[in-house]
Amino acid sequence: MIYIAILTVAMLIAGVGAYFFRDLIAAVVACAAVSLIASVLFYLLQAPDVAMAEAAIGAGLTTAIFVIAIRKTGRYEK
Amino acid sequence: MRAFVSFSVLALIVVGLALSLSHIPFGNSTANTDRMHVAKYYLNNGVKDTGAPNLVTAVVLDYRALDTLGEVTVLFIASLGLGIFLSWPKKEGSEDDDKRGLPPASLIVRRGSQFLFPLILLFGGYIFLHGHLTPGGGFQGGSVIASAFLLMFLGNTGYRLRQKTLAVTESLAGITFVIIGLIGLGVGGYFLNNFLPKGSVFALFSAGVIPILYAAIGLKVGAELAGIVANMFGSGSEG
Repeated sequence: MIYIAILTVAMLIAGVGAYFFRDLIAAVVACAAVSLIASVLFYLLQAPDVAMAEAAIGAGLTTAIFVIAIRKTGRYEK
Repeated sequence: MRAFVSFSVLALIVVGLALSLSHIPFGNSTANTDRMHVAKYYLNNGVKDTGAPNLVTAVVLDYRALDTLGEVTVLFIASLGLGIFLSWPKKEGSEDDDKRGLPPASLIVRRGSQFLFPLILLFGGYIFLHGHLTPGGGFQGGSVIASAFLLMFLGNTGYRLRQKTLAVTESLAGITFVIIGLIGLGVGGYFLNNFLPKGSVFALFSAGVIPILYAAIGLKVGAELAGIVANMFGSGSEG
């Protein structure tokens, strides 16, 4: 239970960080952290199916696609 | 003023939703109207009906297999849209970024990614072939396979993926799904009927058509997501 609380707080911090970071790469990494913690939480809540999908797509592929898109456009939010 | 109006509308909606949800007896079996009827049916009869001990798979590929076909189609359309969008002719002088090129990664990164690539592919295949027994399935296995291709793209500059191979894999997998559904329609009377023998529970070759369908979905999702990654890297070779 205490783990779930700690993870949830960390997830909230990462989510707020993703909103406030001006450096888009940092924002994307914060989004990946949200996905990763969500995946762990899904596992703790006994939904391993969803946890696997979240880890592979949310934390892996989406992050890579965002980073490539940022590299092809601009790194800093204006 | 405008912010106040929108805030009060939002608060009204939230309070209304909360009040109406509080009257639905989720999970309350003693209530007069049992909202968990379908879920209980799946829990009690799922293994017997489908032969798949993983009840998520039993729902996704037996009771609600048609919805899964829709999901796969949605992913296909998303991949197609991204492909069309990224294959638009570029403006003059705007392709410096791709031409600039990156220095090749170090030997350790290159060899490491090449060593891990088949292992990750194997793991993805394991996930979707055991989808009816253990957690996971076609979507999860497919995304793990796509992440193997992503690793190759990241670790090896100039890595290319043949778009035609991806397209053929994806089309064959999709056609397999629909053909199995049509055979079920012919044999058992409804689309995606589980017409093969169920076998013994917990065996790899059991649960009828479910492993075949999950293999098809895994290959299709893997090919689609790998195609998206290849398109984003802009290095999918034509033909």
